[in-house]
Amino acid sequence: MAEYAKLSFQKGGLNKELAAFFRGLLENGAVDGVLVPMAQNHKWVRLTLVTSASHTAGVDPFAPVAAVSGAKIASSLTSRPSGRTIAMVLRPCEIRAVVELAKLKQVNLDDVLLIGMDCLGRYENTDFVKFQEQGGTSEAFLENALAGKTSGPDFDIVGACKICEFPTAANADLSLCAIGGGNGAVFIEALTEKGGQTLEKSGMKPSEAPAGRNEAVKKLAAARLEARDKKFAEFRAEVNSFEALADKLAGCVNCYNCRVACPVCYCKECVFITDTFRHTGEQFMMWAEQSGMLKMPTDTMFYHLTRLTHMSLFCVGCGQCTSACPNGLDLMPLFRTCAEKTQARFDYQAGRSLEEEQPMAGFATDELIEVTGQVK
Amino acid sequence: MSEFEPKIVAFFCNWCTFTAADLAGTSRLSYPPNLKIIRVMCSGMVDPKYVIKAFLNGADGVLIGGCWPGDCHYINGNLKARRRVALLTEVLKQYGIGEERFWLRWIAASEGTMLREVAVQMTAKLKELGPSPLKNMGQMAI
Repeated sequence: MAEYAKLSFQKGGLNKELAAFFRGLLENGAVDGVLVPMAQNHKWVRLTLVTSASHTAGVDPFAPVAAVSGAKIASSLTSRPSGRTIAMVLRPCEIRAVVELAKLKQVNLDDVLLIGMDCLGRYENTDFVKFQEQGGTSEAFLENALAGKTSGPDFDIVGACKICEFPTAANADLSLCAIGGGNGAVFIEALTEKGGQTLEKSGMKPSEAPAGRNEAVKKLAAARLEARDKKFAEFRAEVNSFEALADKLAGCVNCYNCRVACPVCYCKECVFITDTFRHTGEQFMMWAEQSGMLKMPTDTMFYHLTRLTHMSLFCVGCGQCTSACPNGLDLMPLFRTCAEKTQARFDYQAGRSLEEEQPMAGFATDELIEVTGQVK
Repeated sequence: MSEFEPKIVAFFCNWCTFTAADLAGTSRLSYPPNLKIIRVMCSGMVDPKYVIKAFLNGADGVLIGGCWPGDCHYINGNLKARRRVALLTEVLKQYGIGEERFWLRWIAASEGTMLREVAVQMTAKLKELGPSPLKNMGQMAI
């Protein structure tokens, strides 16, 4: 199923055309609400839940920022569902995280219309403010990024986006396509039957597929894959021992922001903030006496290794962990390199399919024989 | 200098491997005293955190002993343990703790001799490998 509708726009008019599309969805009753990135009164673009057709003017889906992962918002909106239909406009990485959360029953997709988009990257939140202050617009960003230039005067898209091999959305009903559409046009692609019906209902005319799209997507994905493999190789060469890992994590202050920001850190209550880790004074003294001193707070390596074990199978490479770190630790390559190995071991890929069972959710008698190497 | 004696933290399931250790004892089989045995109800309840903590606190090896597939007292706890061990191995391996230091073995209640074998083999392997790379990190690992 590949139906397209073309959305032509005058220079400076992209968001106006997109607003008209979302207004249409609300007006004709295709959905009861739209969750979409939207300009706030003064600064910032945030995911905004819009229920009234007259409030769609500020939509800005291609704004190069993701202040928090949309997957967490999707979870807030649907883990106790309203029973009403919501269209959610999310980045490809956010949709992959949504897929994992749906399998964990922390997102309910029953009444959700997923609208993905082509993603050329995002800026750190503080850089996005600069971008806005310097008069940056999503339209200009798209145009430059499609020509290969994502950087501003003193900032660029985040490291995670530079090495993300998934510039287009999978597992969505509709997708907003900017790649290969040519100047002055984006396309809306229907990826499922539900998406096709919505597109029809929206009253948009079907169009030809954007001519250069497949080629352009392939080229971009290949370039990013190459950058990813280079980054992975560099990181693995640098962090190949526990000592190197400790060096890497030396700036960690156990604030646990990375797990709060992580869309797939799925525990409702993290064990590291429970009483299990409220050690007694005597315990600390004992540890200190073992080597004569003890760095405080403790359990830093323990925390990160546990998190790697818990969520690396679901890591979608969104880079929110790096963005969340108050001390500038670049955690993304740590999690992505580890995730590549753990996901490969179980032939799993986070966000690939709703049907694939999560590796720790099942077991079989005749598998992984090499773990024990014993055969009866 | 005295020979390096590896410390092995051993999580043994109550129903099979721990009983096998008991049998080894009552059968007067001697095996290296390097194992520090922790009795758990099932290999499936060995949280990856227990293993990570053992290594961070200076264990040279971790051994998990469970029932053979099909024999688990809780039907399939051992099969869940196996997936978890595979997962954790992938994580630890990247920073220098490979599968040669982290073992999962099926040892039935009647297999006292196999328990002895595994203890001998693992101790020998770890002597060959030397101390855990985490050992010289001291408090930084905590």
